[in-house]
Amino acid sequence: MTKPLLRVRDLRTYFVSEHGSGVARAVDGVSFDLYPGETLGLVGESGCGKTVTGLSLLRLISEPPGHIRPGSVVEFEGRNLLALPEAELRAIRGNRIAMVFQEPATALNPVLTVGDQIGEVAVVHQGLGHRAARAVATEMLRLVGVPDPEERVDHYPHQLSGGMRQRVMLAMALVCRPQILIADEPTTALDVTIQAQILELLDRLQTELGMAVILITHDLGIVAGHADRVVVMYAGQVVETAGTEELFRRPLHPYTEGLLASVPRLDTTRDRLTGIPGQVPAATAWPGGCRFHPRCAYAWERCVADDPPLANEGERHDARCWLLAEPRRRVARP
Amino acid sequence: MAAATVRWIQHRARQAPRGRRFFRHPLAALALGVLIFFSVIALAAPLVAPYLATHQRDIVLLQNQPPSWLHPLGTDLYSHDVWSRIVYGARVSLAIGALAAVMAVLAGTAVGAVSGYFRRWVDAGLMRLVDVGLALPRILLVLVVVALFGRLSVVGLVLLIGGTGWFATSRLVRAEVLGLRERAFVDAAHALGAGPGRVIARHLLPNVAATVIISTTLGIGHVMLLEAGLSFLGVGVAPPTPSWGNMIADGAPQLVAAPWSALAPGAAIAIVVMALNAVGDALRDALDPRQEIP
Repeated sequence: MTKPLLRVRDLRTYFVSEHGSGVARAVDGVSFDLYPGETLGLVGESGCGKTVTGLSLLRLISEPPGHIRPGSVVEFEGRNLLALPEAELRAIRGNRIAMVFQEPATALNPVLTVGDQIGEVAVVHQGLGHRAARAVATEMLRLVGVPDPEERVDHYPHQLSGGMRQRVMLAMALVCRPQILIADEPTTALDVTIQAQILELLDRLQTELGMAVILITHDLGIVAGHADRVVVMYAGQVVETAGTEELFRRPLHPYTEGLLASVPRLDTTRDRLTGIPGQVPAATAWPGGCRFHPRCAYAWERCVADDPPLANEGERHDARCWLLAEPRRRVARP
Repeated sequence: MAAATVRWIQHRARQAPRGRRFFRHPLAALALGVLIFFSVIALAAPLVAPYLATHQRDIVLLQNQPPSWLHPLGTDLYSHDVWSRIVYGARVSLAIGALAAVMAVLAGTAVGAVSGYFRRWVDAGLMRLVDVGLALPRILLVLVVVALFGRLSVVGLVLLIGGTGWFATSRLVRAEVLGLRERAFVDAAHALGAGPGRVIARHLLPNVAATVIISTTLGIGHVMLLEAGLSFLGVGVAPPTPSWGNMIADGAPQLVAAPWSALAPGAAIAIVVMALNAVGDALRDALDPRQEIP
């Protein structure tokens, strides 16, 4: 097996509330590996810690109120990014590891032209002058399929459509040909047809540039179509990780099962969509024992009392559930 | 000439929505014309003024002459031509106003941006300093300085007024930066490897440009009034250098005998300050991004 490009171990990002209502453990012991060239889907409901995980990888959490606990490791090329001095980390951000944000409408600066914003990355990391940066910006716009790049380079974000803006965001992220791209819900704000175009573009660029992608999303459809492996998060923890096909064929964790069951399907007729009862609890008060037990159809005493470990079950397939130890319990409560 | 310039600017500006919004203000065109007029006469003073500002025509026969063809605004107690002194005084008053206001706004913007961006102890420290600055009456502060160091030069006056005038601007800029730094594009800039200096200069400051420009415009008016007040009290610009403030001070004693010598500079100050306020208001309407049609 190849060496992982990025090794995340026991990542914990906590937020201290100013009103003294406690500590929100938004990310609470997340570990996973990212291999060169692969697309890793990071899925889960809103509030389960996906976005905070993505931001923590590049230490983009604003402190206070947030802080990454000592002991967390994000290893990239033999160095722990979380322990790096700010200046060295800055040389990695946008250069070796880049990020695309969810809302292209707000993630672009309204008073700068898109050419300025794309070119800025080249100015920061490659020390280019204004003219050269502009040429890079034009070239990047062409790469991400923006028509008339020579003209668009002088446009302001409000003159572009949502899909075009997301292409601009991608262009900004890809200027330095990063090895890792963290895409945080890159298509959530877009309508379905544009969504498909952007994801196709992402796939094409990934192949062309040979980078690894962490695709953060709540949409299992996107994961099925675009990810090689999947990390399922719940309540700040990884509950299951597996290859995409394996996960869809043989989900081990009841939460994954629930997520898959809640996807509308064309090949079966159902009157109602199945959901997972309840909602993600507040990050200040995760339930004791298994964090999913209040919503789990199989839960028994052990789930309330003890937190299950992330156990290996088959090749590169892990799940955090007591059912792996006691498979005969896989019978729904009446 | 000023009218022609305004018409030309107006013609060009109407092509952009911001320009149209600027001139929607009822007094914008007139106010802009007033400012251009006074700027032009200040710059071209030797061409516009019939006499030197300090030239005393005839100290015995030509005191307190009423306006005439020879002296359009009359002469004062020292037989200076009032129009010439208005023209040369415009240089001093406008220059002090503009320089001190620009200096104050630059300082205020820098402090406000740093304070709002870094927050925490940087913010706490700088804002307590601002509180102190806002709590002290400026006139009093200047009087104290004059009492300590004697009469100030024009440069000293600019430094003093500029150095005590940035507190309010820093508050304004800080408030805007506090809001802006939570916006996603700031996170995005960080994610792309931009450091604090670059984020402030390239991403935050352009977004507060409107506030800064308006603040400068209104600030010039404030400074001119302050300079007039100080000169009137006799601690501002030292005669014989004419400023509109010390001209009022000189003319005030013979307000009955020769009202023109105090009223002319008074009217000049009032007109320019009102024009600056009108332009500031019009700029506020023009640059407010909330009025932007996406």
